[in-house]
Amino acid sequence: MAQLPSERPPLLELRDLAITYQTGAGPVPAVRGVSLAVDAGQTLGLAGESGCGKSTVAASILRLLPSSATITGEILFNGENVITMRWGRLRAVRWAGASIIFQGAMHSLNPVQRIGRQIAEPILLHSPQTTPAQAQRRVAELLGQVGLPTRRAESYPHELSGGQKQRVMIAMALACEPNLIIADEPTTALDVMIQAQVLNLIGGLVREHGIGLIMISHDLSVLSETCERLAVMYAGRIVEQGPSHLVFTQARHPYAEALAWAFPIIGDPRTRLSPRGLPGDPPDPAKIPAGCSFHPRCAVAVPECSERAMELWPAGDGRLAACLRILPDFPGESPVRSVRKEEKDQPGEAVA
Amino acid sequence: MSGAFLDGALAAAQERRGEEERAARGGSGLARSLGVKVLSAAVTLLFVLVFNFFLFRVLPADPARNLARGTTLTATQMAAINKTFGIGLPLWQQFTNYFVQTFHGNLGISFQYHIPVSQVIGKALWPTILLVGTSTVLSTVIGVWMGIRGGWKHGSAFDQISNGVNNTLYAMPDFWLGMVLLIAFSSKWFLFPAGGMNSVTGNLSGLHGLLDLLWHLTLPCVVLTLVYLAEYSLVMRSSLIDELGNDYLLTARAKGLRDAMVRSRHAVPNALLPSITLIMLNLGFVISGAITTETVFSWPGLGLASYNALNFPDYPVLEGCFLLFSAAVIVANLIADLLLTVLDPRVRQA
Amino acid sequence: MSEPVTISARQIGWQRRREALEDFWLQYRRDRNGMIGLVILVLMIAVALAAPLLASSRGLNPALATYPANADPGWHYPLGTDSDGRSVLTELIWGSRISLLIGFAATALSMVIGALIGIVAGHFGTLNHWFGRQTDNVLMRFTDWFLVVPFLPLAIVLARTLGPSLHVIIIVIGITSWPGTARIIRAQALAVENRPYLERARALGAGHWHQMSKHVLPNVMPLLIANTILTVAGTILSETTLSFLGLGDPTRASWGEMLNGAFNNGVGTGNALWLIAPGIAIIAVVMGFTLVGHATEAVLDPKLRER
Repeated sequence: MAQLPSERPPLLELRDLAITYQTGAGPVPAVRGVSLAVDAGQTLGLAGESGCGKSTVAASILRLLPSSATITGEILFNGENVITMRWGRLRAVRWAGASIIFQGAMHSLNPVQRIGRQIAEPILLHSPQTTPAQAQRRVAELLGQVGLPTRRAESYPHELSGGQKQRVMIAMALACEPNLIIADEPTTALDVMIQAQVLNLIGGLVREHGIGLIMISHDLSVLSETCERLAVMYAGRIVEQGPSHLVFTQARHPYAEALAWAFPIIGDPRTRLSPRGLPGDPPDPAKIPAGCSFHPRCAVAVPECSERAMELWPAGDGRLAACLRILPDFPGESPVRSVRKEEKDQPGEAVA
Repeated sequence: MSGAFLDGALAAAQERRGEEERAARGGSGLARSLGVKVLSAAVTLLFVLVFNFFLFRVLPADPARNLARGTTLTATQMAAINKTFGIGLPLWQQFTNYFVQTFHGNLGISFQYHIPVSQVIGKALWPTILLVGTSTVLSTVIGVWMGIRGGWKHGSAFDQISNGVNNTLYAMPDFWLGMVLLIAFSSKWFLFPAGGMNSVTGNLSGLHGLLDLLWHLTLPCVVLTLVYLAEYSLVMRSSLIDELGNDYLLTARAKGLRDAMVRSRHAVPNALLPSITLIMLNLGFVISGAITTETVFSWPGLGLASYNALNFPDYPVLEGCFLLFSAAVIVANLIADLLLTVLDPRVRQA
Repeated sequence: MSEPVTISARQIGWQRRREALEDFWLQYRRDRNGMIGLVILVLMIAVALAAPLLASSRGLNPALATYPANADPGWHYPLGTDSDGRSVLTELIWGSRISLLIGFAATALSMVIGALIGIVAGHFGTLNHWFGRQTDNVLMRFTDWFLVVPFLPLAIVLARTLGPSLHVIIIVIGITSWPGTARIIRAQALAVENRPYLERARALGAGHWHQMSKHVLPNVMPLLIANTILTVAGTILSETTLSFLGLGDPTRASWGEMLNGAFNNGVGTGNALWLIAPGIAIIAVVMGFTLVGHATEAVLDPKLRER
């Protein structure tokens, strides 16, 4: 991907990222060649089941993986390679350059510290000349942005509900005005009503501040609402990429399609009458099938699928898919297997 | 647009409800739970008194004869002693007398020294406090430090060595260690005194006296410190390793904190909480260690007094020491409990 | 292929137990510390059992001792002699019997009491009526009292009142060591009580005794075994301390008694090995039980591995 000298490098670019864990039972490849790019103001969703490697990719962006992980490829943040950054530079980039919204409902907050102090911590760390009063004002400002009253700064995590804790995580992620936010399953442990609030909040703040956003989830419908682009991962690789509403409604890769259909639309008779699902389990990372890693579970696999190495081929409209079916010389039927009506085509539908 | 309004209203309603719940539980709950704990400790102490009474006054026969060992008594003298001990009175009356007396500090007369037990204990109290206090501070500080260092990088060389050392110390009888050190540093190499609290050559005052005291304190203090730092180190290490798997540490690292800050600001405060409880519960065993160590080093504290009382047998002194030791441990446990309530915000609400 | 054989439920049970034991052993073998501990213990127990073969028991009788007192190691007495002229090595070998015996017996007593109280408290505590909860409450208060009162003063007081003998020592240590076990077993029993098969048993009409002995106890057993092994380490140390203080049985030469003798003889005078040898033996045995206990715990509860 050659660049003209006058072009600014994208905010974040992953080039052929591969991550292998050294375990007692031998090396386990969790991520096997992922390439992505996100620019300021852009939103990218990263979807897949548990174990597909998406959280590993997220953690690797700030080099937060355990020491048993070996990383190859490049992680370019504003042109700088995170993997080879010096320790001091990395710590400066962490949170101030890019921050992470963890799952707040889980134990991502220190249980014995007030949340105000936890939000202020990165502020004081990255701008040591900040006075405590200034930090307090900033904390109040952040809490206001996420819709929490200022006095919540004095609360402990266990005094907050799941939704409130998630808002705290969001406020904390914005504390140092980062250029990039990585949201790792921000709505997974929340009820649906709170989910909607949190997603709206994240989306709004990201647009307001012009931040780049990578959101990770197994819920394709959530991602297609909040993100402009969507990448679907399977067994450590991206199998489809493109504008989110297209990937969601007209998936080119059979796995992405199955994932999209896994989330029913209330009121849509098609999902009610013919529930979809996917037989089998994702492959063991230590024993990935040859050829297309999805072919054992694929309903429309052909013999060539188990032999030929997959790549992300162009599938029109700024889309990529790693499936033989989209290739022009594929002898089978049309690759577009089903069209899913978008929710906004049916006004008056209650949000799930 | 209407969706957003609904969201907001719903969130506000939920929050209000949650707060009302918490207000109903919180506030006065703290004072009440503290009160309950104090009461509970008092009840435990009461049971100790009852146990003491039954064991000492009821089981052994004839305190008068015991008191008179080595001397001959006339019948009137025997009768007088029996009256003091309330022999012949009904049991419940004996118990009430006992209770009232203990409350006033009258713990009886020592069989061995023929002076009030409270005097015997009074003289022996300060040396024990000095010895146990110093060694507890040292063993806690060193033990916790070792535990943190070993636990944070568990599996490292430091951790493996300190584990080996700690397990060995833990398996060692404290008095044996004392005797070995005595042989080595006192008999063989004349570095430290063979026992006692002060040099025999009369009262040294001022700085001289202090140094002399410290010189005598060294070996027994080393023994007690070594034996208990092993326990504290193992407990702290275990506690810290438990914390290592928690997500908030990842959050801290992601914020850009140095490793040492993640450890000291986030992991250690959380790991210390269960350690405090376990360390306080251990106090009972520190007292046991004091008994044997004072015996080995002839340190004139409560431990040595117990040992001497044990072999006589001087029941009133034994009884008094047992009471005091139990009270000390009960109070220490209470303090630990209260400390935990104050320090851990999660406990405060419960 | 032979005809299908019918086996009874009992035989299936035993087969499963055998398989479980084999599984356990295969995993246990991988723990290096556990194996070291096991070797130490096997050696110690072998010495204790083989004592008559290794050293004549007449060597324990001070009246028959002919060696010079407080002597340094010599041909007939490789570890020297004590103040009565007895060979320290002989005492050490025979002492292993007493120390191990007291350790096992006191632990057995403590384990029985602790398990009983723990299971009863846990079982009745989960029943939904007042009487059950009160039983649990009372038992736990009782346990907590024992936990809070310091061990040695209590043991001293009991031993002195009851008199010096082997049985008294065993009883005293037994009744001061059970609270820890009771607490742990109760916690485990509570966890077991909530499992579905207990509910089923109750629905089928199982009485309390049946529930506790046939359902709760077997599921609590692994934890109980690990806890017991660790308790033995503690009881041996307790016996040592009590004997050292003069509360033991002076006619039986346990390792603690040897230390008592060395102490009373005057530390620093006489044969240093009289003091050092039993100490090292005690350290070895206690370490052995601790290592085996922790390894057992780790195999039975995978969460505790990699500590």
